[in-house]
Amino acid sequence: MSERKPIYLDYSATTPVDPRVAQKMIPYLTEDFGNPASRSHPYGWTAEQAVENAREEVARLVHADPREIVWTSGATESNNLAIKGAAHFYASGKGKHIITSATEHKAVLDTVRELEREGYEATYLQPEADGLIDIEKFKAAIRPDTVLASIMLVNNEIGVVQDIEALGNVCRANNVIFHVDAAQATGKVEIDLEKLPVDLMSFSAHKTYGPKGIGALYVRRKPRIRIEAQMHGGGHERGMRSGTLATHQIVGMGEAFRIAREEMASENERIRALRDRLLKGLLQIEETYVNGDLDHRVPHNLNVSFNFVEGESLIMAIKDIAVSSGSACTSASLEPSYVLRALGRSDELAHSSIRFSIGRFTTEADVDYTIELLKSKIGKLRELSPLWEMFKDGIDLSKVEWAEH
Amino acid sequence: MNTVYFDHNSTTALKPQVLQAMLPWLSQTAGNATSRHVYGRNVRDAVETARKQIAECVGVQASQVVFTSGGTEANNFAIKGIAANLAPTQLLVSAIEHPCVSRPAQSLAWHGWKVQSIGVDDQCVLDLADAAQKLSTRTGLVSVMLANNETGAIQPIAELAKLAKAQDALLHTDAVQAFGKLPVDFGALGVNAMTVSSHKIGGPVGVGALILDKRVDIAPLLHGGGQERGLRSGTENVAAIVGFANACELAAASLKTRSETQAKLREQLETGLQRLNAVIFGQQAQRLPNTSFFAIPNIEGETLVTALDKAGYAVASGSACSSDSTEPSHVLLAMGVDADVARGAVRVSLGEHNTEAEIQGFLQALQQEVKRLKGLSAVAA
Amino acid sequence: MAYSDKVLDHYENPRNVGSLDKNDPTVGTGMVGAPACGDVMKLQIKVNDAGVIEDAKFKTYGCGSAIASSSLVTEWLKGKTLDQAQEIKNSAIAEELALPPVKIHCSVLAEDAIKSAIADLRAKQGK
Repeated sequence: MSERKPIYLDYSATTPVDPRVAQKMIPYLTEDFGNPASRSHPYGWTAEQAVENAREEVARLVHADPREIVWTSGATESNNLAIKGAAHFYASGKGKHIITSATEHKAVLDTVRELEREGYEATYLQPEADGLIDIEKFKAAIRPDTVLASIMLVNNEIGVVQDIEALGNVCRANNVIFHVDAAQATGKVEIDLEKLPVDLMSFSAHKTYGPKGIGALYVRRKPRIRIEAQMHGGGHERGMRSGTLATHQIVGMGEAFRIAREEMASENERIRALRDRLLKGLLQIEETYVNGDLDHRVPHNLNVSFNFVEGESLIMAIKDIAVSSGSACTSASLEPSYVLRALGRSDELAHSSIRFSIGRFTTEADVDYTIELLKSKIGKLRELSPLWEMFKDGIDLSKVEWAEH
Repeated sequence: MNTVYFDHNSTTALKPQVLQAMLPWLSQTAGNATSRHVYGRNVRDAVETARKQIAECVGVQASQVVFTSGGTEANNFAIKGIAANLAPTQLLVSAIEHPCVSRPAQSLAWHGWKVQSIGVDDQCVLDLADAAQKLSTRTGLVSVMLANNETGAIQPIAELAKLAKAQDALLHTDAVQAFGKLPVDFGALGVNAMTVSSHKIGGPVGVGALILDKRVDIAPLLHGGGQERGLRSGTENVAAIVGFANACELAAASLKTRSETQAKLREQLETGLQRLNAVIFGQQAQRLPNTSFFAIPNIEGETLVTALDKAGYAVASGSACSSDSTEPSHVLLAMGVDADVARGAVRVSLGEHNTEAEIQGFLQALQQEVKRLKGLSAVAA
Repeated sequence: MAYSDKVLDHYENPRNVGSLDKNDPTVGTGMVGAPACGDVMKLQIKVNDAGVIEDAKFKTYGCGSAIASSSLVTEWLKGKTLDQAQEIKNSAIAEELALPPVKIHCSVLAEDAIKSAIADLRAKQGK
């Protein structure tokens, strides 16, 4: 391909596989290829040992017991398994009401909607303008029949970090099962499940420099949380999730989480410096708005709206960098990001938002190039924009009567 | 490991060419298929190319292929997903299905389905008369595997499809064991849904597909970002998908010569087994050419498998997923095999690279172990 | 979504970007669309005494196809009489730019902008 590869600033969509992870995976694709469920020959034993070592690595990153880790095909499956699995198991004892937030990943929202179709009721909490859930509103949403709450640790679009400990304590006090989608959190924030009052937590490998197609669900043992399996079969993973384990992918996830544990502190410091540099540069552009709280936020994420330019033309203009407008999973459609809408952003500002996500292989030069590119392209698009012209003429755009279609 | 691998129905080694096809997608540059930039586009293109390749291998259009995390998920998706959009009636599965078909089927009993089993004859072939009789009760869905994983017996799916169609019942077939070992044409089989898997044909573990008749209304098992046209959410496992497609093409290309070679090797094996007075299960049936399932009278399968492992031969005592348990194979019991005989069952499943010499060595080792174990049991008795 | 080379060309090198004096009696201004819909087009035409369009300028807030559609019509408008300009159809714009179905509305908006600019001019000139 003659096309020069753009600078990758879309680490929240997926991360490249760390070369160390790939190296560790390859032997399990070739010589050590056994089925870990084959108990009768050493091909199976080697695979099983590798799977258990990886389980331990995943557990160590989040201070869990390896027996609390269930392998899945990814965070989407983990979220489906946790939410449907716990709701189905506990509904008869507790009730059929679920609490989640409007800014969750689609894998949570769509799963909750599916439960609504089955006869459950759901409350979708609106976050504050900074993207954070108000603890009092969360408390107020709890009903006697609330069986489960699902709140993400780190938001995929705006990177804000929810106060999981406080939310979890509310759940504990009210006997509500608490699920946390941590797909965007591993390697970015400290997670200590010995302390956090969380019952179920979803993980993904490919957001943390591991391979795609593998994830895990944490299922607390003390007090024991039960879930109804969503995939039935050979009874793998203690009956919670059947299906032949993909040893090489599991090994990759284990290695990725080991690296995350060992390097997180220094890596986050470096990434924070890059993000602050990017933020400073972009804020030099007039009429630029940061989406989401800046303090309760992972250093990897910067989500910015550029007023008076249209989102799609902006994406076209900056194709020398690979970024997202809205969540990766929805960016094929032209709808404005539902996360930014939930924060109360106008359609225009939601449309003209860009998510920059920084990661392990981002350099200072990448950031500087990005700042210059945005400055020049935003300038050019605003030259083209009748809205910018009106704004500069002092016209209040909200008062204009538009000839809408 | 110097072990000779005779357990290809459990899982197969990844082909070196497949690994080469996968490596670029395990490297630094792979994006998320839903992203709009070039990284995402490249992944999307690779996934769609793979989809076309697999579609061609089973004679369907690309849009009929839904990728999953493997055969288990595809079977669960087929059974639960199709049933979810039908009014509960009767659900028929054969008595020899893999648990990842029979267990989701059983789970539907909670949702008002009447789950019934179709029997097999003593050669492990579906009893079509039983099927026809049960289909006279209103039936929404039928699921019968294309070839049995333990005996290798091939099932009369095309005939069953005609019976099901006449009664307006949808038919799913789990083709995980047959795919890559037999020519598999979705249209010719006349089924409405079919499961295929990658790691049984030299592709990577962790990917499979459900092939769907376009008229089938199926509900997703996994909800979320709306990938796979809303039928299966979750970030596409591009490396595995590319590997799967590559393995499909290689398997299709080598199918004919491989089948012939394996049939000869199996004949060599079974001639030897008969000299040891082995019972060969389903021998009169049309079988996958690589599979032989047998028992030596009065020798426990698990014991024999362990002994053979020490002698350097990896074989299975039943299907891998159930080798945890010491229950006799449900497949053999369905065939009417006596439980004591069934406990002796050992499966040899051949792969592309097994040789005459390996079979010969295996037969010698087997003979020695049988002699030794019989001696032991004589002493114990 | 793949854009045609023509869309890309107009997007990269938009023709006739700018503004004319909207109070000039020989200038007609059309503004169509709404920010909330993702497209706003401002199109201006200037006619000479013979009633022929001698200049056209645009500014567009919108996607690449919207920018290309408005850039293209400014080229087409120059040298046309108002009656000829009135005849420009969105289908011709869509065809010229090879717009995909989801982008046809951009060409519709461009046609509306022409009509709106002509109407404004005629109103001004009392015709």
